[in-house]
Amino acid sequence: MRIIRTCRKLNIETVLAASSADVDSVPARLADRTVCIGPARPGESYLKVETIVHTALATKSDAIHPGYGFLSERAALASLCESEGVVFIGPTAAQIEAVGDKLRARSEAVAANVPVVPGGAVASVEEAIALARVTGVPLLVKAVGGGGGRGMKRVDRLEDLPETLELAAAEAGAAFGDARVYLERYIASGRHVEVQVLGDGNGRVIHLGERDCSVQRRYQKLVEETPAPDLPQGLRDALHAAAVRFSERLSYRGAGTVEFLVDRERETFYFLEMNARIQVEHPVTEAVTGVDLIAEQIAVASGAGLRLAQADIRRQGCAIECRVNAEDPANDFRPSPGQVREAVWPSGDGIRVDTHIAAGSRVPPFYDSLLAKIIAHGPDRATAVTRLRHAIAATRIVGVHTNLSFQEVVLADPEFQQGGFDTGFLARLLERRPVTSERVSHG
Amino acid sequence: MSLTAADVAEIMRLVEQSGFDSLTLEMDGIKLSLRRGGTEEGAVDLKREVSAETPPGPMQAPPVVTAAPPAADPNLHEVTAPLLGTFYRSPKPGAPPFVEVGSQVEEETIVAIIEVMKLMNTVRAGVSGTVTEILVADGALAEYGETLLRVRKAG
Repeated sequence: MRIIRTCRKLNIETVLAASSADVDSVPARLADRTVCIGPARPGESYLKVETIVHTALATKSDAIHPGYGFLSERAALASLCESEGVVFIGPTAAQIEAVGDKLRARSEAVAANVPVVPGGAVASVEEAIALARVTGVPLLVKAVGGGGGRGMKRVDRLEDLPETLELAAAEAGAAFGDARVYLERYIASGRHVEVQVLGDGNGRVIHLGERDCSVQRRYQKLVEETPAPDLPQGLRDALHAAAVRFSERLSYRGAGTVEFLVDRERETFYFLEMNARIQVEHPVTEAVTGVDLIAEQIAVASGAGLRLAQADIRRQGCAIECRVNAEDPANDFRPSPGQVREAVWPSGDGIRVDTHIAAGSRVPPFYDSLLAKIIAHGPDRATAVTRLRHAIAATRIVGVHTNLSFQEVVLADPEFQQGGFDTGFLARLLERRPVTSERVSHG
Repeated sequence: MSLTAADVAEIMRLVEQSGFDSLTLEMDGIKLSLRRGGTEEGAVDLKREVSAETPPGPMQAPPVVTAAPPAADPNLHEVTAPLLGTFYRSPKPGAPPFVEVGSQVEEETIVAIIEVMKLMNTVRAGVSGTVTEILVADGALAEYGETLLRVRKAG
C-alpha cells in the first residue's frame, strides 16, 4: 500500500502479487494490476519465490519490491531476481545472507569496530560453559538464524545452560532450518535504538537519524519515535557513526536499519542486528527528514545511486508512530481477525495514517495483525504525543478488536511522557495497570 | 424470478449512493457481486462481477469475466488453475494440444500444463466428460484459481 502510493507519485506502474485472501483488499484496488498468486496460506503464495519471480516476468515487470514482511529478507528471492534479470529493490542476496546469519553479522560488526554484546559462537556444551563463565549469567542463548526477538532463550543459572542449549538448538533447527546457536550476555536494562541508513551499494552510506523503539511487548514493537528522547548528543553521534561504519563495510545497497541496545547508565551501546529491509516504523524518519524512503530505495535500485548527501539530511521536530493491531489486549493480545465494519481514520496537522483497511476490509487470520500505523509529527515531543493522542481518540474501528485503547494508556503514562525508558517499560506498565475488558471498549 | 438489466442498474445505483463498498446478492441460483473499486481519492468505479451460476439472461457479459456465456448448468465443471503460472495447452511447442473443445476426458486426463520458472505442473480434468470451453490462451499467465476450461460432466 505504502509502496504503491510512492509508485503512483513517481508514475510507476504497479502489479500487486496477492494471495486469494488479499485480492479484494484496498491495495489490490489501488494497484494498476493485481495478480492472484496462490491461496491464503503464505507457504503456498507469498513465500513461493519462484511464483513471485514468474509473476514479475510474465507481467513484464522491471522490478520487485518485497515490502517489509514475508519476502523482504529472503536471500533466495534476491538471488533468483539476480539470475533472472529482475531488479530486486533491496540489498544483494549476499548482503541479506550476511546480516541474516547473526553470527556473521556479529563478526562483521567487530571488524567494523562496532561494539557487540559480550558472547560468541559455541560448538559444544563445554565451550558454552567456558564462555558463560566469562560473560556471566544471566545470558541469552540465541539462534543464528533468528532475529527480531525470535529464537532466544534466557539462562539465569549456569547449571541450566546445557539443557537450554539443547532445547534452543532443536527449536532453532525446526524454526529456521539452522540449529546453530550463540551466547550473549543478557543486558538487563537497555533501550532499543536503531539507525536508518541508505547505501548506494558501492560503499557510500548515509544515515537518516535514529529511532527509539523501546516500547515493546515480547520483542514486538508497539510505539516508535524519532529522535530518541533524552540521549546525550555524543552517544547519538556515536550510534549514527557505528551504523554507517557497519553498512559501509558491507557496501550495503538500499534502505536498511542497524539496531542497537543502548545502556543509558553506562552511556555505551551494543550492536544487535541489521534489518536488510525497509521497516514498519520508517514513516517517523520520513516525517522529520522529509525524505520518501521508498522513493530512495527505488532510485538506488534503478541505478540512480544515492541522490542525497549526508549534509542534505536535516531533521525537524519529533515524530511518533503507534501501531494499530487487530488484537485484544484484554485477552493477552490475542489476534482478532474478522471483517471491519466501520473504519474512521484520523487526519489533521502533522498526522499521517498508513493503512490497508477501510470499511468492509477483511483481516485474514493468516498474516500479521497490523491494521495501520498512525504517525504524528510536531515541533517537539510533547506536541507530537498530544497530536497522536488526539488522533487515536478520533480513530474508530468496528468489527475487530484493536489495541487502540491500550495505546492510549501507553501514551498517557507518565513514564512514557518522560521518555528515555528501557525495553522493560511495557511490562512495568502492564503490572501497574493490568488491562481489563472495560478499558478496551474503544470503537 | 430473475434479474433484468434494469434491476442490476438500479442495484448499482443504490450501492453507489450507499455507504457500502460491496454487495453480494444471492437469489434463485443467481449470485451478483458488486464492488466499489474506488481509490482513496474517492473515485467511484463500480465493477461488475457476475459469478458462473448466473443464468443466461439479458445481462451483458461483465468485463472482468472472460467472455464466455455464464454457466448456469450444474453439470458444467470448471477446471481452475491450482497455482499461478504460464498456461500451456500442449506438452511442448508444436505438439498437438492435450485437449480441444469436444474432447472426451476422464478424471485423470491431463488437460494442460502450468509452468512456474521452468517447472511443469500438470493439470487434470478432475471429472469425466466433454470439454466445452478453453478460456485461457496458450502461453498466457493463469492466476491462482482462474478458470482454465469447462467440462460437461458425462451422464
